[in-house]
Amino acid sequence: MKQEVQLMKGNEAIAHAAIRYGVDGYFGYPITPQSEVLETLEALMPWETTGMVVLQAESEVASINMVYGGASTGKAVMTSSSSPGISLMQEGLSYIAAGELPALIVNVMRGGPGLGTIQPSQSDYFQATKGGGHGDYHYIVLAPSTVQEMADFVALGFDLAFKYRTPAMLLADGIVGQMMEKVVLPEQRPRRTDEQIARECPWAVTGRPEGRGPNVLTTLELDSARMEVNNHRYQATYRKIEENEVRYQEYFTDDAEYLFVAFGSIARICLKAIEDARQRGIKVGLLRPITLWPFPTKEIARLAQQVKGIMVVELNAGQMIEDVRLAVEGRVPVHHYGRMGGIVPNPQEVMDSLFANFPDADK
Amino acid sequence: MKPEDIKRSENKVYCKPELLNDTPMHYCPGCSHGVVHKLVSEVIKEMGAEHIAIGVAPVGCAVFAYSYIDIDWIEAAHGRAPAVATGAKRLNPSRLVFTYQGDGDLAAIGTAETIHAANRGENIAIIFINNAIYGMTGGQMAPTTLEGQVTATTPYGRRVDLNGYPLKISNLLAQLPGTCYVTRQAVHTPASVRKAKAAIRKAFENSLAGHGTSVVEIVSTCNSGWKMSPAKSNEWMVEHMFPEYPLGDLKNDTER
Amino acid sequence: MAKVIGAVEINHERCKGCDLCVVACPTDVLSLQPKEVNNRGYHYAYTANPEKCIGCASCALVCPDACIEVYRVVEK
Repeated sequence: MKQEVQLMKGNEAIAHAAIRYGVDGYFGYPITPQSEVLETLEALMPWETTGMVVLQAESEVASINMVYGGASTGKAVMTSSSSPGISLMQEGLSYIAAGELPALIVNVMRGGPGLGTIQPSQSDYFQATKGGGHGDYHYIVLAPSTVQEMADFVALGFDLAFKYRTPAMLLADGIVGQMMEKVVLPEQRPRRTDEQIARECPWAVTGRPEGRGPNVLTTLELDSARMEVNNHRYQATYRKIEENEVRYQEYFTDDAEYLFVAFGSIARICLKAIEDARQRGIKVGLLRPITLWPFPTKEIARLAQQVKGIMVVELNAGQMIEDVRLAVEGRVPVHHYGRMGGIVPNPQEVMDSLFANFPDADK
Repeated sequence: MKPEDIKRSENKVYCKPELLNDTPMHYCPGCSHGVVHKLVSEVIKEMGAEHIAIGVAPVGCAVFAYSYIDIDWIEAAHGRAPAVATGAKRLNPSRLVFTYQGDGDLAAIGTAETIHAANRGENIAIIFINNAIYGMTGGQMAPTTLEGQVTATTPYGRRVDLNGYPLKISNLLAQLPGTCYVTRQAVHTPASVRKAKAAIRKAFENSLAGHGTSVVEIVSTCNSGWKMSPAKSNEWMVEHMFPEYPLGDLKNDTER
Repeated sequence: MAKVIGAVEINHERCKGCDLCVVACPTDVLSLQPKEVNNRGYHYAYTANPEKCIGCASCALVCPDACIEVYRVVEK
């Protein structure tokens, strides 16, 4: 398949991008608002073309453990779900992180807590960026704001996951999952061969060839000293990721006096608000974290020395604002505007929230 | 002939399986796990399958199975072995993928994963150790605990009105079209050990042949949990476990 | 008539003294050390009556710790 331009939903773009990346396996369970990922994969029948395995599991618990099993063999394996389903996957995610396994997990967030709503939300920020399951761990969290990024971050997520031997999460909200946009789909890449996997993933559980010892993928270590060594190794990886993989985008920050910080689809609403405000001569900028973990702490700290105030806009009760405040270290006031329950603010509301918290901005 | 003259390599008829390494197993004296570990090691070696074998270890007493049998292993979360094995096998169809699970792992916390893997007819083999108790955590009630059986959490005996009935999960699995071979074996006598080995071999061969899911239940003892000597445990197993969990094939349908 | 004679070699340090081999032996060859213990504190199995061994491997088959090697010769 050559590169091509299509109009599709974000969820569908993930499915197309996965096949074209050469993903080996997808295991998932239906849940709104992301079921199109599995539906599209089943309709495209990639097992007939690239040999990609697609399986509807009996639960999210099973899905993530199928990912664990597949990833243990060095294959590129992924799953997708939405908030309640991702909660069920936390056990498996902890094991995958502890097993230092590359894998991609897509969370197209819906509102919670509990069964919540099927409408869009960003209320799994804490769960995604602080570990989520038991134990000290992190994984890379990518936050797409366009359908194009839904497609692109499949490749980026896998590349980073294999580079650092860590799971990566594509943390989208229901808006990006459901909306249709133009997307450039990349050229088809071949799936890796078993020989390639044996070479690139010497840790993979593939059956023991003559001349090598058993490969054992375990997260259990009862010797305290060795368990601490394992933990130090995980942490060293996380520090390396924090040093090298922070991604973000700045808009109109050169001369900004006030700053919005927002991720995913909400960043686009903020950007529209900023464009309107700029026409009125109000100097507002936007920083959009693309990686939510690692977080663009340094960049926000730098901008905190320039601006008079920061507004964090999220589809939740205030989650990313905690990381923004840690970055700002009290240099300037940081306020939050959030909507919940699936309600999406319009640009005017966003601007009003800035003026409400920073009356001087409206001059 | 003196024993020294008999003990020559050409006269050797039995020894520790090659794939079972020298690490002393952590199992209690007399535990059935050790015998089954030997059988798994022997069968893989005899099939020449060590280069394609992927074992999935459970949570429970056999959590360290990977420390003793020198093949590639994945250690699964509690109950999730059949899902882990599904992922490994689907992406590596030429591999011999098997799980090794206890009754708590397979028949309590992992019931859904077990039944659905079997119902999909995953081409995996499941070795199921049923000793009617949670061994590793100190002898609590398992789904397979017998009525009236005393455990740490049923100190006055299992009451079916409170705790439900012993779960004959192999009978349940035998009902599923996805399973091709479901058998119940034991390892308490030399003859039963030989039969259990043949069953494991058949299950592994089914997995490679793509016949569907094979389940080998081994009715086992847990002498520490049962608070009896190993020899006495075997007697108790014959007297009490076998009537509830009779030995023999529940299903043998490998010609599909 | 051909006579089958056997011998067993027990890895005393690996043995946990579970007694299952003693029970399985049809000719009363094995016994547990009544006083001696191995490095891990177990009363290990030993060949109390080695001359009775017929090399049937029953002891080894039921041994959970793979401690027993079995040898067998057929004397014509």
